[in-house]
Amino acid sequence: MNLLGENIWINGVIIIVGSAILVFIGGAFGMLYRGIDRKLVAHMQGRVGPPIVQPFRDVQKLLMKENIIPDGAISWLFNAAPFLALISTGSLLLFIPLFGQSALLGRYGDVILVLYLLIIPSLAFVVGGFASSSPYATVGAQREMIIMMSYEAPLAVVVLGIAWRISQVTTANPFLMSTIVQYPIWNMLGPVGIVGTLLMLFTLVVVTVGEAAKVPFDVAEAETEIAGGLLVEYSGRNLSLFYLSDVIKTFAMVSLVVALFIPYNLSPVLGIKAALAAGIVDGLFFLVKVLVVMFFSISLIRAGMARFKISQASTVYVIVMTAIALVGMLLVWVDVVI
Amino acid sequence: MAVGETKKATYTIPIGPIHPALKEPIQLMLEIEGEKVVNTDVLVGQVHRSIEWLGMNRNNPVQTLYLAERICGICNICHPFCLAMAVEQAANLTPPDRAEYIRVIAAEMERIHSHILWAGVAAHEIGFDTVFYLTWRVREEIMDLIEYIFGNRVTKAVLQFGGVRRDITAEQLPRIRKSLDYYKSIFEHLRRIFLEDRTVRMRTRNVGILSTEDALKLLAVGPTGRASGVPKDVRQDQPYSAYADLNVKAITPDIVTGTVVGDVYDRIIVRLLEVKQSVEIIEECIARMPEGPIMSEPKVPRLLHLLTDAAGEGVGRVEAPRGEDIHYVRLEAGQSTLATWKVRAPTYVNLMAVPTILKGMQIADVPIVFASIDPCQSCTNRIVVTDKATGRKSVVGYEELHRLSVEKTKELQR
Repeated sequence: MNLLGENIWINGVIIIVGSAILVFIGGAFGMLYRGIDRKLVAHMQGRVGPPIVQPFRDVQKLLMKENIIPDGAISWLFNAAPFLALISTGSLLLFIPLFGQSALLGRYGDVILVLYLLIIPSLAFVVGGFASSSPYATVGAQREMIIMMSYEAPLAVVVLGIAWRISQVTTANPFLMSTIVQYPIWNMLGPVGIVGTLLMLFTLVVVTVGEAAKVPFDVAEAETEIAGGLLVEYSGRNLSLFYLSDVIKTFAMVSLVVALFIPYNLSPVLGIKAALAAGIVDGLFFLVKVLVVMFFSISLIRAGMARFKISQASTVYVIVMTAIALVGMLLVWVDVVI
Repeated sequence: MAVGETKKATYTIPIGPIHPALKEPIQLMLEIEGEKVVNTDVLVGQVHRSIEWLGMNRNNPVQTLYLAERICGICNICHPFCLAMAVEQAANLTPPDRAEYIRVIAAEMERIHSHILWAGVAAHEIGFDTVFYLTWRVREEIMDLIEYIFGNRVTKAVLQFGGVRRDITAEQLPRIRKSLDYYKSIFEHLRRIFLEDRTVRMRTRNVGILSTEDALKLLAVGPTGRASGVPKDVRQDQPYSAYADLNVKAITPDIVTGTVVGDVYDRIIVRLLEVKQSVEIIEECIARMPEGPIMSEPKVPRLLHLLTDAAGEGVGRVEAPRGEDIHYVRLEAGQSTLATWKVRAPTYVNLMAVPTILKGMQIADVPIVFASIDPCQSCTNRIVVTDKATGRKSVVGYEELHRLSVEKTKELQR
């Protein structure tokens, strides 16, 4: 999908309109998936659970509520942080392939950019937390910084591992999403490499939990400990923006897992040639892939574990997960050598 | 400060009076260094309801008995049980044997539901909500049984001075056995979840340690003390009521692990095993329960008359789910209320251990560590109003509280 022709003005309009639509779609599907996640977890816990549209109602309600700014807060920073979070998560969607199509701005940014963009929402949360002048939020912000720095290492190792393997078979830039989609990693692996890639997939799934700030890695919010941590002082519109950026980030992160590890489309298999029909089939197949990844990486893990302490969560990422990812990378290398 | 020396800045985080980790209002002022708790100050007194005052001024003793149920919704047998024992001692009443057994059955059912409730709360505190929902669903079985036998899930109104008000009939026994069998069948399941799950162990092992010496020094009671290796249990040390016929042994964690650490994990062990022990006690009670009347004085007016005429002192001691509960009662001849009534709930003593067990813990540990003593604020609170300017202390009574609440309501209506 090459939207970008020669005329810079048309390009500009397409990018702006496309981004707006994409953020809107990302938000809608993010909330839908949040609703499904809550329903799934509720059933796993023997509860009925909220209706699937609950996240939409939550946002609707939050938008109607008063937007309270605490007296001690640095108000411009306190108000700016939610926007920063939403904008940065929205721009993530521009660089990740969605609905079986290539990324809207895929030519202008690669996986490395996505990794950096993933940091910004967390930083916005931290800024908002520190700006709200609550001791709970301060503790939450400190924890968020630690957890953010902790999952960077395993995440980087996984991305590097995949890119390196792809660089062995092609001269194209292996970090570009289009290249990764074009050369699915599983197609070029022997048995050893498959084990290694599975380890990297596992690492990325665990990192996804941290990125989405869910149990057991929801230390920065930790309701029973620091009463919502970072978000303790947020309400009304600001909270709804954080909520939206949270659901979009989860959606984007899961889409990234899909893009890196399951970049297959259904239409070539079914032999559908028509562009529209193929687009619909691939789009639906993408939604199914996201659902499956979300179930294993978020719902299942958060229903089955207790919350870690910050020291434990950090250890899990910095030592255990990095080690697993490195072993996975090593196995992929061994696979190439033998 | 010398050159090159740095001082770590501490800051204070208030937990409470309203906080998601607390089920009842209490305030913990935590002095924090990074994520570490350096010091704790416990501030109680947020849910005072003038209950003792009501018992001594407004209510007749029988009304007070049902007021005692409302000291705490969870311990709604052990408080009236304790009060009944104290009054019976003061007035020389002797409950029939069958009534004693029914009391013990009620008390043990209460222990089962209380401990399972605690397990759910503890799971929620460490963020393990699935286990929280699971345990509370398991708890419904005993709640249904309590409702079936005593007519109500929570406040059962089953005790009376000199006996109990409801008998357990032969038709009810199969239903009781069914529930007990259910708990025996799922015990292994609960044990695996709480004692073998990795994340539960990560969050509770070596957390909130109360050493045996500290437990003795701070007079910790109940599961809190027993988990620190102090085999203290009123049912074992000074068997009261039907416990005199039964052979209850205090449970310490070394039965399972071989050692006593005194951490949160050990408290889970003790409570879990006590659920099993309570099931066994109820079974034994049902088997040994003698036939006979359930009340020594069935007519309430006569009982009230008898209590008005009686004079004397009595102390009731009951092993509540949270530890040793004590009620002191003094009766004066001709006085239709209790002349003196003093309640000392187990949490009151266990709170003394809180600063010790919180010291050196991370903030993340605070909720589970504090919850591990199973604090019950509504049992604990007394009010003494201190006027800081004059240093004068006064007790707020019923009329004053009533007047203040009417004022507050009017203010809110405006």
